Amino acid sequence: MSKIQESVIIRTVVRIMVPFIELFALYVIMHGASGPGGGFQGGVIFGAAIILYAMIYGIAEGKKKMSDSLDRILASAGLTIYAATGLACIVFGGMFLQYNAVPLLSDPALVSKYLIDLVEIGIGITVLAVMISLFFDVSPPESDVEEAKE
Amino acid sequence: MKTLALFVVVITGAMLIYAGHDLPAFGDINSPAYQAPMTQYFIEKSLPESGVPNIVTALLASYRGYDTLGETAVIFTAGMAVMLLLRRRET
Repeated sequence: MSKIQESVIIRTVVRIMVPFIELFALYVIMHGASGPGGGFQGGVIFGAAIILYAMIYGIAEGKKKMSDSLDRILASAGLTIYAATGLACIVFGGMFLQYNAVPLLSDPALVSKYLIDLVEIGIGITVLAVMISLFFDVSPPESDVEEAKE
Repeated sequence: MKTLALFVVVITGAMLIYAGHDLPAFGDINSPAYQAPMTQYFIEKSLPESGVPNIVTALLASYRGYDTLGETAVIFTAGMAVMLLLRRRET
Protein backbone atom coordinates (compact mmCIF):
# COMPACT_ATOMS: atom_id res chain seq x y z
CA MET A 1 0.00 0.00 0.00
CA SER A 2 1.45 3.32 -0.98
CA LYS A 3 1.47 6.34 1.28
CA ILE A 4 -1.42 8.05 -0.49
CA GLN A 5 -3.62 4.98 -0.03
CA GLU A 6 -3.03 4.96 3.73
CA SER A 7 -4.18 8.54 4.23
CA VAL A 8 -7.39 8.61 6.25
CA ILE A 9 -8.40 11.93 4.70
CA ILE A 10 -8.13 10.66 1.14
CA ARG A 11 -9.90 7.38 1.94
CA THR A 12 -12.79 9.18 3.64
CA VAL A 13 -13.15 11.83 0.94
CA VAL A 14 -13.12 9.19 -1.80
CA ARG A 15 -15.73 7.11 0.01
CA ILE A 16 -17.99 10.16 0.31
CA MET A 17 -17.34 11.48 -3.21
CA VAL A 18 -17.85 8.29 -5.25
CA PRO A 19 -21.67 8.12 -4.93
CA PHE A 20 -21.97 11.80 -5.87
CA ILE A 21 -19.73 11.35 -8.93
CA GLU A 22 -21.86 8.37 -9.96
CA LEU A 23 -25.05 10.40 -9.46
CA PHE A 24 -23.61 13.22 -11.55
CA ALA A 25 -22.71 10.69 -14.27
CA LEU A 26 -26.30 9.42 -14.37
CA TYR A 27 -27.49 13.05 -14.56
CA VAL A 28 -25.17 13.75 -17.51
CA ILE A 29 -26.41 10.65 -19.35
CA MET A 30 -30.10 11.40 -18.77
CA HIS A 31 -29.70 15.11 -19.46
CA GLY A 32 -28.13 14.46 -22.86
CA ALA A 33 -31.41 15.00 -24.69
CA SER A 34 -32.13 18.46 -23.31
CA GLY A 35 -28.74 20.00 -22.60
CA PRO A 36 -25.00 19.41 -22.69
CA GLY A 37 -24.20 15.80 -21.95
CA GLY A 38 -24.75 12.39 -23.38
CA GLY A 39 -23.79 8.76 -23.19
CA PHE A 40 -20.09 9.11 -23.94
CA GLN A 41 -19.43 11.83 -21.37
CA GLY A 42 -21.61 10.30 -18.66
CA GLY A 43 -20.08 6.87 -19.18
CA VAL A 44 -16.58 8.26 -18.81
CA ILE A 45 -17.54 10.09 -15.58
CA PHE A 46 -19.09 6.91 -14.14
CA GLY A 47 -15.99 4.94 -15.12
CA ALA A 48 -13.79 7.58 -13.48
CA ALA A 49 -15.70 7.18 -10.20
CA ILE A 50 -14.99 3.43 -10.07
CA ILE A 51 -11.38 4.00 -11.18
CA LEU A 52 -10.91 6.56 -8.38
CA TYR A 53 -12.26 4.03 -5.87
CA ALA A 54 -9.97 1.30 -7.20
CA MET A 55 -6.93 3.61 -7.11
CA ILE A 56 -7.37 4.42 -3.42
CA TYR A 57 -8.83 1.18 -2.03
CA GLY A 58 -6.78 -1.15 -4.24
CA ILE A 59 -7.46 -3.14 -7.38
CA ALA A 60 -8.91 -6.12 -5.47
CA GLU A 61 -11.47 -3.91 -3.71
CA GLY A 62 -12.30 -2.23 -7.02
CA LYS A 63 -12.90 -5.60 -8.65
CA LYS A 64 -15.38 -6.42 -5.88
CA LYS A 65 -17.42 -3.41 -7.06
CA MET A 66 -16.97 -4.21 -10.74
CA SER A 67 -15.92 -7.79 -11.45
CA ASP A 68 -14.39 -8.83 -14.76
CA SER A 69 -17.42 -10.89 -15.74
CA LEU A 70 -19.84 -8.02 -14.95
CA ASP A 71 -17.59 -5.77 -17.01
CA ARG A 72 -17.79 -8.06 -20.03
CA ILE A 73 -21.57 -8.39 -19.71
CA LEU A 74 -22.10 -4.62 -19.42
CA ALA A 75 -19.79 -3.77 -22.34
CA SER A 76 -21.71 -6.03 -24.69
CA ALA A 77 -25.13 -5.22 -23.15
CA GLY A 78 -24.78 -1.50 -23.94
CA LEU A 79 -24.00 -2.12 -27.60
CA THR A 80 -26.82 -4.69 -27.75
CA ILE A 81 -29.31 -2.14 -26.37
CA TYR A 82 -28.28 0.30 -29.08
CA ALA A 83 -28.41 -2.20 -31.93
CA ALA A 84 -31.68 -3.73 -30.65
CA THR A 85 -33.30 -0.27 -30.62
CA GLY A 86 -32.30 0.14 -34.25
CA LEU A 87 -33.60 -3.30 -35.18
CA ALA A 88 -36.88 -2.66 -33.33
CA CYS A 89 -37.46 0.29 -35.66
CA ILE A 90 -37.11 -2.10 -38.64
CA VAL A 91 -39.58 -4.52 -37.03
CA PHE A 92 -42.19 -1.74 -36.80
CA GLY A 93 -41.79 -0.88 -40.46
CA GLY A 94 -39.32 2.01 -40.35
CA MET A 95 -35.70 2.25 -41.41
CA PHE A 96 -32.78 1.24 -39.19
CA LEU A 97 -32.74 3.68 -36.21
CA GLN A 98 -35.79 5.57 -37.50
CA TYR A 99 -37.13 6.08 -33.98
CA ASN A 100 -40.44 7.75 -34.80
CA ALA A 101 -41.61 4.66 -36.70
CA VAL A 102 -42.20 2.79 -33.40
CA PRO A 103 -45.92 3.15 -32.51
CA LEU A 104 -45.56 3.10 -28.70
CA LEU A 105 -47.17 6.48 -27.96
CA SER A 106 -49.51 8.65 -29.98
CA ASP A 107 -46.85 11.33 -30.56
CA PRO A 108 -43.99 10.03 -32.77
CA ALA A 109 -41.64 12.81 -31.59
CA LEU A 110 -42.10 11.67 -27.97
CA VAL A 111 -41.29 8.06 -28.91
CA SER A 112 -38.17 9.35 -30.63
CA LYS A 113 -37.17 11.27 -27.48
CA TYR A 114 -37.46 8.22 -25.24
CA LEU A 115 -35.67 5.94 -27.68
CA ILE A 116 -32.84 8.48 -27.97
CA ASP A 117 -32.60 8.38 -24.16
CA LEU A 118 -32.46 4.56 -24.34
CA VAL A 119 -29.71 4.74 -26.94
CA GLU A 120 -27.75 7.19 -24.74
CA ILE A 121 -28.05 4.77 -21.81
CA GLY A 122 -26.71 1.99 -24.04
CA ILE A 123 -23.72 4.12 -25.08
CA GLY A 124 -23.09 5.05 -21.43
CA ILE A 125 -23.10 1.42 -20.26
CA THR A 126 -20.63 0.36 -22.96
CA VAL A 127 -18.30 3.31 -22.36
CA LEU A 128 -18.22 2.90 -18.57
CA ALA A 129 -17.54 -0.84 -18.81
CA VAL A 130 -14.76 -0.36 -21.37
CA MET A 131 -13.17 2.47 -19.31
CA ILE A 132 -13.07 0.30 -16.19
CA SER A 133 -11.83 -2.80 -18.00
CA LEU A 134 -9.04 -0.78 -19.65
CA PHE A 135 -7.94 0.49 -16.21
CA PHE A 136 -7.98 -2.99 -14.68
CA ASP A 137 -6.16 -4.49 -17.68
CA VAL A 138 -3.22 -2.09 -17.51
CA SER A 139 -2.96 -2.08 -13.69
CA PRO A 140 -0.50 -4.55 -12.15
CA PRO A 141 -2.02 -7.57 -10.39
CA GLU A 142 -2.01 -7.38 -6.59
CA SER A 143 0.37 -10.36 -6.27
CA ASP A 144 3.04 -8.58 -8.35
CA VAL A 145 2.81 -5.45 -6.17
CA GLU A 146 3.39 -7.46 -3.00
CA GLU A 147 6.28 -9.38 -4.54
CA ALA A 148 7.95 -6.13 -5.57
CA LYS A 149 7.77 -4.93 -1.97
CA GLU A 150 9.58 -8.01 -0.67
CA MET B 1 15.23 16.66 -25.78
CA LYS B 2 13.08 18.48 -23.21
CA THR B 3 14.00 21.85 -24.75
CA LEU B 4 12.98 20.56 -28.16
CA ALA B 5 9.66 19.31 -26.80
CA LEU B 6 9.00 22.65 -25.10
CA PHE B 7 9.92 24.47 -28.30
CA VAL B 8 7.47 22.36 -30.34
CA VAL B 9 4.68 22.86 -27.78
CA VAL B 10 5.19 26.62 -27.62
CA ILE B 11 5.28 26.98 -31.44
CA THR B 12 2.14 24.82 -31.85
CA GLY B 13 0.32 26.76 -29.13
CA ALA B 14 1.28 30.10 -30.68
CA MET B 15 0.04 28.92 -34.08
CA LEU B 16 -3.27 27.76 -32.60
CA ILE B 17 -3.79 31.07 -30.78
CA TYR B 18 -2.95 32.96 -33.99
CA ALA B 19 -5.41 30.81 -35.97
CA GLY B 20 -8.05 31.29 -33.27
CA HIS B 21 -8.34 34.97 -34.17
CA ASP B 22 -9.65 33.97 -37.60
CA LEU B 23 -12.61 32.02 -36.18
CA PRO B 24 -16.01 33.65 -36.68
CA ALA B 25 -17.34 35.49 -33.64
CA PHE B 26 -19.79 33.69 -31.36
CA GLY B 27 -23.27 33.84 -32.89
CA ASP B 28 -21.99 35.54 -36.06
CA ILE B 29 -24.75 35.41 -38.69
CA ASN B 30 -22.18 35.37 -41.54
CA SER B 31 -20.23 32.38 -40.22
CA PRO B 32 -19.91 29.43 -42.64
CA ALA B 33 -21.69 27.12 -40.20
CA TYR B 34 -24.72 29.37 -40.14
CA GLN B 35 -24.72 29.88 -43.92
CA ALA B 36 -24.61 26.12 -44.62
CA PRO B 37 -27.84 24.95 -46.31
CA MET B 38 -28.65 22.25 -43.72
CA THR B 39 -28.34 24.57 -40.70
CA GLN B 40 -31.75 26.19 -41.12
CA TYR B 41 -33.33 22.78 -41.70
CA PHE B 42 -31.93 21.35 -38.47
CA ILE B 43 -32.81 24.45 -36.43
CA GLU B 44 -36.43 24.30 -37.62
CA LYS B 45 -37.06 20.56 -37.94
CA SER B 46 -34.91 18.78 -35.34
CA LEU B 47 -37.36 19.34 -32.45
CA PRO B 48 -40.56 18.18 -34.24
CA GLU B 49 -38.77 15.32 -35.99
CA SER B 50 -36.67 13.88 -33.19
CA GLY B 51 -38.39 15.27 -30.08
CA VAL B 52 -35.21 16.42 -28.33
CA PRO B 53 -34.56 20.14 -27.75
CA ASN B 54 -30.78 19.71 -27.99
CA ILE B 55 -29.84 19.91 -31.68
CA VAL B 56 -26.43 18.33 -31.05
CA THR B 57 -28.04 15.26 -29.49
CA ALA B 58 -30.67 15.12 -32.24
CA LEU B 59 -27.91 15.01 -34.84
CA LEU B 60 -25.72 12.59 -32.89
CA ALA B 61 -28.36 10.05 -31.95
CA SER B 62 -31.04 10.46 -34.60
CA TYR B 63 -29.83 11.85 -37.93
CA ARG B 64 -26.39 10.31 -37.56
CA GLY B 65 -27.47 7.39 -35.39
CA TYR B 66 -25.77 4.88 -37.65
CA ASP B 67 -22.47 6.72 -37.24
CA THR B 68 -22.83 6.77 -33.46
CA LEU B 69 -23.57 3.03 -33.45
CA GLY B 70 -20.26 2.60 -35.26
CA GLU B 71 -18.47 4.80 -32.69
CA THR B 72 -19.85 2.72 -29.84
CA ALA B 73 -18.77 -0.44 -31.65
CA VAL B 74 -15.26 1.02 -32.03
CA ILE B 75 -15.02 1.67 -28.27
CA PHE B 76 -16.34 -1.82 -27.55
CA THR B 77 -13.88 -3.40 -29.99
CA ALA B 78 -10.97 -1.44 -28.50
CA GLY B 79 -11.90 -2.64 -25.01
CA MET B 80 -12.18 -6.24 -26.16
CA ALA B 81 -8.83 -6.04 -28.01
CA VAL B 82 -7.03 -4.73 -24.91
CA MET B 83 -8.76 -7.44 -22.87
CA LEU B 84 -7.51 -10.16 -25.26
CA LEU B 85 -3.96 -8.81 -25.34
CA LEU B 86 -3.32 -7.88 -21.70
CA ARG B 87 -5.68 -9.85 -19.46
CA ARG B 88 -3.88 -12.50 -17.46
CA ARG B 89 -5.60 -15.80 -16.99
CA GLU B 90 -5.34 -17.91 -13.88
CA THR B 91 -3.41 -20.94 -15.15
